[in-house]
Amino acid sequence: MTVTETTATATATETAPAVMPDFGDDDADRTMCFICSKGTLDMAYPALVMANGALGEGIDVHLFFTFWGMDMITKKTMGDLKFTILGNPATHMPQGLGGVPGMTAVATKMMKKQIADLDVPEIPEFLELLVDSGAHLWACRMSVDMMKLDQDDLFDGVEDIINVTDFMELSDDAQIIFV
Amino acid sequence: MTSTTNTTNTTSTTTTTSIAGLDVCVDHEGFMTVYDEWSDEICVALAAAIGIGELTDDHWAAIRFLRADFAEQGETATLRRVNRVGGIATKRLFQLFPKKPAKKMAYVAGLPKPHGCV
Repeated sequence: MTVTETTATATATETAPAVMPDFGDDDADRTMCFICSKGTLDMAYPALVMANGALGEGIDVHLFFTFWGMDMITKKTMGDLKFTILGNPATHMPQGLGGVPGMTAVATKMMKKQIADLDVPEIPEFLELLVDSGAHLWACRMSVDMMKLDQDDLFDGVEDIINVTDFMELSDDAQIIFV
Repeated sequence: MTSTTNTTNTTSTTTTTSIAGLDVCVDHEGFMTVYDEWSDEICVALAAAIGIGELTDDHWAAIRFLRADFAEQGETATLRRVNRVGGIATKRLFQLFPKKPAKKMAYVAGLPKPHGCV
């Protein structure tokens, strides 16, 4: 059953509705920083999905890619992240199976299909979506040097290669999530 | 005002409120709950209430897509769906409905908030 409430304000027509969602337009700006440090398919998505949700809520979003997370923004690898059942007991598969040649390719294909079935984009397209939604993408200086990369090797949406101090400055007062 | 509400949302209470001089059913947050109670006039009033003073053709294109898609799918399109299926650029949606485009679009289109994550 439903309840109907008659309030004094409900009679005030031509004005704002008595019950209105709070879209938080007057709230202080909130910033979230995601540190993406993994290069496997299953560990790439959590930050991207959360970042996308945050952007949709009007939150300022920064993604900082470091170590294996560089694979997510390196042109050569970003479309080819893999998923393995090796070392991942949450797959509930016999771990020995993970060592069988070709098994990682099979597992990757299966996971990609599951993700596509939900109409969730692949990594390169997802990053484009995030940039279009206003996200800021940053690459880690030490990782770039270590892997002998430069800006040209990286996804075009990456704004700059920054060091830890730069990251600390831009994440001042932000909520930081390490993935 | 009498209670004639037949809500589809079983998890929350539906209230009647007045929008553009018409009594409509809304959920506890203020999102309309009855698809057919919505009209262009109500849409304009809802948009004005959340600070969108003028609805341009681009606004209407997004709103019309959302309405039509809901009628077909039974759920509110996510931003990605508005982009992919509706053909409206994500960047543009953030300009048209600043900060929280998915929720704001759903609100003015008289639909529930989208439930999809992406």
